[in-house]
Amino acid sequence: MKKLKLATVWLDGCSGCHMSLLDLDGAIIPIVRKVDIVYGPLVDAQEFPEDVDVTLLEGAISTQEDVEKLQQIRSRTKLLVSLGDCAVTGNVSGMRNGIPVNKLLQQIYVDGADLGGCIPGDGLPQLAKQARPAQDFVKVDICLPGCPPPNKVIAGFLNNLLDGRKPETNAKVKFG
Amino acid sequence: MPQKKISLRIDGELVNAVEGQTILDATRASGKSIPTLCFLEGLSPVGACRLCMVEVSGIDRLFPACTTPAQDGMAVATTSARLSRYRRMTIELLLVERNHVCAVCVANGHCELQTMAYNMGITSVRFAYNFPRLPVDLTHPRFVLDHNRCILCTRCVRTCAEIEGAHVWEMISRGIHARIVPDLNQKWGDARTCTNCGKCVQACPTGALAEKGKAMEEMVRSTTAITSLAHRRGAAV
Repeated sequence: MKKLKLATVWLDGCSGCHMSLLDLDGAIIPIVRKVDIVYGPLVDAQEFPEDVDVTLLEGAISTQEDVEKLQQIRSRTKLLVSLGDCAVTGNVSGMRNGIPVNKLLQQIYVDGADLGGCIPGDGLPQLAKQARPAQDFVKVDICLPGCPPPNKVIAGFLNNLLDGRKPETNAKVKFG
Repeated sequence: MPQKKISLRIDGELVNAVEGQTILDATRASGKSIPTLCFLEGLSPVGACRLCMVEVSGIDRLFPACTTPAQDGMAVATTSARLSRYRRMTIELLLVERNHVCAVCVANGHCELQTMAYNMGITSVRFAYNFPRLPVDLTHPRFVLDHNRCILCTRCVRTCAEIEGAHVWEMISRGIHARIVPDLNQKWGDARTCTNCGKCVQACPTGALAEKGKAMEEMVRSTTAITSLAHRRGAAV
């Protein structure tokens, strides 16, 4: 049987959703046997590949670079899943949204620094005005909210998908 | 004078009620439920959240069940595809209006808005998040007012006015700018009429009013305490 091509992406989030994925413990073994993890922080691939079946997206969209990545991911993925509150609502990443970016960076990296603070710039993508959920930019097929989504929710969703059932969760999921 | 008995149909079922009861009273007395947020038993109903909207046969527009009197011969539908659509939309709009960051909220797991979204199976909202910049009032020695979490249900306003009798809380401004304020828009810590009783905190459905020192998920409250106080007060009058 052809293995399902699974990608995971980590944008403006804390990696907690990826932790929750790893927290499947033993249940992850039968899942991993049926999928190829083709991209993500858990594997080595440098570029997002073509023809991905499912992408689990963690994190809000916070920079122009994120937007471009997201658009590429969307164009190369059949089923795009927003994994966790940051990708679904903006969540903690979006708590900066009421504060102007220059003031925010000044407060954290200069006023808040113990010694010699400066605003980091070189080589870093510039923060967008707001961190926004993925569905503000592209069509998202499934949302699995939660901070993080419980491991059972992720497992239930992946197993439904792998067993050819409708890609959805069996349990109701709450924000937060 | 004995109260006049009336009968109405709720979702097709014949239900007895007494004159003066609202559609919500009659529905709940018959063992059915209608979702509500701004309603709290013991406080006067205001129809602010629009979650309890029901269909009344023969009339095209919807009615809030909490403020509409039940009438003899009325036929009410409490569930329909149209009502579910509107109720879901109401919750979605409440979620995008302010900053409901459940993950770091004191009321996470004890919030009526979060529970309502959960019960309706809402996993994302179709509207753009507003992300307004709103203040948090930390001036009161015991309590916190966080406008980011307020849904303007006015339970605090009614609890303070009707149960405590202090009327510290009021609404200011209109539309998207509306918010609750203590004592003619003072800081809560400067509000001289506040008796520090904390009933408003118990009545709040979200994390907008909370006790100081509570971390996320720790603000467990008892709205039933407000209801029982109201009933005791009613009995004394």
